[in-house]
Amino acid sequence: MRFGVVVFPGSNCDYDCFYVLRDVLGQEVVFLWHGDEDLRGCDCVVLPGGFSYGDYLRTGAIARFSPIMSSVRDFALSGGVVLGICNGFQILLESGLLPGALLPNRSGRFICRYVFLRVERTDTPFTLLFAPGEVIRIPIAHYQGNFFLPQDELSELERRGQVLFRYCGPSGEVEEAWNPNGSANNIAGIVSLNLCVMGMMPHPERASEELLGSTDGRRIFLSVVKWLEEKRHARCGA
Amino acid sequence: MHVVELEKVARELGLRKEEYERILAILGRVPTLTEIAMFSVEWSEHCGYPHSRKWLELLPREGHFEVLVGEDAGGIVYDDVVIVFKMESHNHPSQIEPKQGAATGIGGIIRDILGSGARPIACLDSLHFGPLEDPRSRYVMRGVVEGIAWYGNCVGVPTVAGEVWFYPAFRGNCLVNVMCLGIAPRGKLARARARGVGNAILYVGNRTGRDGIGGCSILASQEFAESEEKRPSVQIGDPFTEKCLIEATLEALATGFVVGIKDMGAAGLTCSSSEMAASGESGVDIDLDRVPVREEGMEAWEIMMSESQERMLLCVEKGHEEEIRSIFKKWGLEAEVIGRVTDTGRVTIRYRGEVVADIPAKELVRPPVYTPERVRPAYLDAVNSLTLDDVPLPGDFREAFEKLLGSPNLASKRWIFEQYDHMVQTNTVILPGTGTVVLRVKGKPWGIAVTTDCNPFYCYLDPYKGAQIAVAEAARNLAACGARPAGVTDCLNFGNPEKPDRYWQFVAAISGLSEACRFFKIPVVSGNVSFYNESPLGAVYPTPTVGMVGIVQDVTKALRGCFSKEESLVLLFGETKEELGGSEYLRIVHGIEAGPPPSLDLGFEKRLQEFLIQCIEDGLFLSCCDVSEGGLAIAVAEAALSGEKAFGVEVDLAPFEGFREDVLLFGESCGRALASVSPACFEEIAGRAKRWGIPCVLLGRVGGDHLVFRRGSQVLFSVPVTEALRIWEGALAKYV
Repeated sequence: MRFGVVVFPGSNCDYDCFYVLRDVLGQEVVFLWHGDEDLRGCDCVVLPGGFSYGDYLRTGAIARFSPIMSSVRDFALSGGVVLGICNGFQILLESGLLPGALLPNRSGRFICRYVFLRVERTDTPFTLLFAPGEVIRIPIAHYQGNFFLPQDELSELERRGQVLFRYCGPSGEVEEAWNPNGSANNIAGIVSLNLCVMGMMPHPERASEELLGSTDGRRIFLSVVKWLEEKRHARCGA
Repeated sequence: MHVVELEKVARELGLRKEEYERILAILGRVPTLTEIAMFSVEWSEHCGYPHSRKWLELLPREGHFEVLVGEDAGGIVYDDVVIVFKMESHNHPSQIEPKQGAATGIGGIIRDILGSGARPIACLDSLHFGPLEDPRSRYVMRGVVEGIAWYGNCVGVPTVAGEVWFYPAFRGNCLVNVMCLGIAPRGKLARARARGVGNAILYVGNRTGRDGIGGCSILASQEFAESEEKRPSVQIGDPFTEKCLIEATLEALATGFVVGIKDMGAAGLTCSSSEMAASGESGVDIDLDRVPVREEGMEAWEIMMSESQERMLLCVEKGHEEEIRSIFKKWGLEAEVIGRVTDTGRVTIRYRGEVVADIPAKELVRPPVYTPERVRPAYLDAVNSLTLDDVPLPGDFREAFEKLLGSPNLASKRWIFEQYDHMVQTNTVILPGTGTVVLRVKGKPWGIAVTTDCNPFYCYLDPYKGAQIAVAEAARNLAACGARPAGVTDCLNFGNPEKPDRYWQFVAAISGLSEACRFFKIPVVSGNVSFYNESPLGAVYPTPTVGMVGIVQDVTKALRGCFSKEESLVLLFGETKEELGGSEYLRIVHGIEAGPPPSLDLGFEKRLQEFLIQCIEDGLFLSCCDVSEGGLAIAVAEAALSGEKAFGVEVDLAPFEGFREDVLLFGESCGRALASVSPACFEEIAGRAKRWGIPCVLLGRVGGDHLVFRRGSQVLFSVPVTEALRIWEGALAKYV
């Protein structure tokens, strides 16, 4: 299994993801430079958090034009597993790989804190290891995480079951009081129709070690590992 | 230019008559305009420290761990890691243009750490503003927080800790003290020097513009009347470029071909080129035509004095220029060879085919030393005459408690620290708000604890003792999470040193600071002095901010300050004394601003701290925090309210006989700490405390849904946890 973490100028969670994958989970992982086109045989591409290109113009708006993103796009459209975290989520939206937009937080301020998330489905490469409706604890750190879609498209997204994580209370209550940024329907993460591209605002790489206070995030990475292994076995067995 | 005009320019740039004459003697001729500009910034208070240098020698440089003091920042060695840290002020720029002033403060201190070859891993901020009731102070506070968030979050260095104070003395002149911490493998520190004849002087980073010209000499080296006109002197930051500069610089340093490196911050190219030449015992020959500039037609002195941000100067081994340049180019940064190292010992600057400056480097970096007259301030006697008999007991203890809990100095700072990314780099083991912040070092069993401390009001009442208390409190904060103090960086903020009472405050404070550090065997590895912190509204409180770094031997045992378990016992260590001077209680509840500040017993402090550390290492505590501003009541409330789950608690003050209730609740006696412990450990702890000679009082028990303070059968007050949380967490948001 090989993971690739894309490095854009201004990415700042690239090494954090790399560290969790390599040192905590023992996976093979490489950095992918934004100016290259070669995905170097990766089975899963991670678009990390940060401020790619300084967030100038609009978050993710410049990054989508970098050479690596055309390869990531082809990879995703052919069923490759892509995980976009925070700024990576924003880039996925700008690239059209996922629907919607992320507006500035309702408070108008950057928010860094732990939040509770409810896992909405467990049959995706990113959530295999969770129980349906499970409540997990992972931090957010963003200025623009307020997920928006026009009402009809939002209904469509919901109907197709593309919502993977919702902000909630400690007992899983999805209420406005637990919505940190104003996201529509408390949405914290969504998945593509083919289930292989996921974008989320919370940072699983920050919740992957006991020492840091939560290990819920590592199960997202481990789900991907399991999913890829099963897929590979299936192929081998076929 | 005519000689008379030159002298006039020199004076306008802040050079004294005798300084100008010394320049004439050094050069043996009339200086050029560029040379005057260069001397003015190098000899300014901000860069040259003429009023403080003599006193800085008082500060101890040795401690329990090996100390490394570099040109721009210092550090300590633990295991095979060098921990580099430094604090610096950005007060005047932040008062004039809060967002950019604070942001570029962050940028500058990060580059100082980067210049030592370390990767920046954390930032802290010690902030002082006027009262939040004052609209201008609110504007400054909001802007400063926004600037720190904007720059710090983007640059990918977590802002993990700090302190925020509100006092009227900071209305016309806020303090923004920023600290950065970095780590490097032992033996991999970079030097800020130019060496090896023929080696290249490489300019990297942003282009040079007219922004921030003379920022340090104009803004930081004289008193200032807040003026819109000075806004152009404030630099503009670009955190994205800084992030790229960090990565490119560390990549370049790893090649081994970088001989020396220095940030181009205050005084820009002048400072970096002359100080690198001087510390390398070399000369440099620089051609300004090769400096990447933002606009045509800049004068030589403008290029030399520009404080455009996100620039570094490197000395690169001859023959490897292209290799290093290509690294910076890859990160989208400018990288041009602008000169060479020479053996002349002179800083030679050329522009448009002419030599515009030619100065012996060592003379340029040898500013004059001044020790002006100092006089004990007249106000000290008047403000230190408190008698407790004149202070009535509050009629309603609950009202007094709630007033303190919701006062900006004591309220939760969540509204601020949640705007900072305090987790990026995934090292923050103890998060801000829950105790003393602790960082892990990936791959190591130990961790780093960091704090900044200084109660400026104590320092106003007694600069000597106030500074000592700042050191003691910082060390106590570290001990409370299980860390042994390893090193200090200081940021000394004072008024105009040419006024004898201000200068007295400075000398008293630095003496107190240095004696306390010596006593604790904590080296001062770096620091910064900021004078002229006064406006037409008066001088700031003397504020010697202490940034302290400690080592937690086993990071998995680092302890938080917040209660974690129902039914655990609450213990108070240390001695409570009949004192209220300098307390927030007196200021907030009674409107009395008077001292003396609490007494301090350094010997006891040291014993208490070692006791706490050993108890924590032996796993005897569930939580630990120090007792300071706001007294025991506020310390208990913080411990109860600051975890992810809030707890009720019941405290009984019956064990204290003969004290006034307000002293017990709100007195700020030094040398005290609060711990929660499992009932099973109580006997062991009490026995141990007795053997150590540490007073230990069983105060009560965690549990219930109220914060209850009683004295025997008399309930002094009882506040529902939800109500206390609302007051404590909501206080800052109410103002902003």
